[in-house]
Amino acid sequence: MNTIDLGLIDYGAAYEKQKEIHSRVLSGELPQTLIVCAHNPVITIGRSAKNNGLKLPRGEYISRGISVVDADRGGDVTYHGPGQVIVYPIYKMASFGNDLHAYIRFMENAVIYTLNEFGIRGRRLTGKTGVWVEGRKICSIGIAVKHWVSYHGLALYASGDDLANFNLINPCGMDIAVTSVEKEMGRTVSSNDITAPLTRSLSL
Amino acid sequence: MTNVELPSLGENAEKATVTFWFFKQGDTVSKDADLVELTTDKAAFNLPSPAGGVLKQIVAAEGSEVKPGDVLAVIE
Repeated sequence: MNTIDLGLIDYGAAYEKQKEIHSRVLSGELPQTLIVCAHNPVITIGRSAKNNGLKLPRGEYISRGISVVDADRGGDVTYHGPGQVIVYPIYKMASFGNDLHAYIRFMENAVIYTLNEFGIRGRRLTGKTGVWVEGRKICSIGIAVKHWVSYHGLALYASGDDLANFNLINPCGMDIAVTSVEKEMGRTVSSNDITAPLTRSLSL
Repeated sequence: MTNVELPSLGENAEKATVTFWFFKQGDTVSKDADLVELTTDKAAFNLPSPAGGVLKQIVAAEGSEVKPGDVLAVIE
């Protein structure tokens, strides 16, 4: 197991890094690796998107300082910003019996465990990938698998600062409410305090 | 001749959509090259080619829904 923290990094640069680590894990040069980072504001459109995720013309997002990119992961439209802890596990699916959904459930469990450390009761909703707190989304998940090695991953909403940007899209093609660790706690939480239990529970 | 079948992607992944073929019919593909991308609700999955040869026939066109065991293509 190997963990790499890229800090605050543009989505595109982190994507290039994922591809590099992916090929090095695939070749056996690196052990299975967790990439941890945060992104500047970006809206990503997954491969399962149905065209109703964007509420505004693309140019409108750019003028608000939010990039819009197509992502080669499953799932619909989502938003990432500096207030989210992003983890991209570059894991061999053989560790999960090549069961992609078992792998997704594993990530949800890791997030639920992490939230529990803060006294927040996260749950899974049947048929709705991600982690939810009383019907509000606190974590989104979208993965890709190439040669049975994963990339892309999860976003845990940590601070409440830019949650309003979710109002500019229909996350996952749905009209849903979102929340964050800070919002649930009613106080500020450092992202390091979240990253530690999260990477521990995502360890293989 | 090798049938390219959709493997099981997990017990709850009953269907997937073919979203992208990396090759056209008639192209030569090598074993383990990315052959086709499939998308389930939350995962995009690139299926590596199970054999090298000529992509004789694409059975499942882009946009079609498939389930584990379905033949997606034939390689000769």
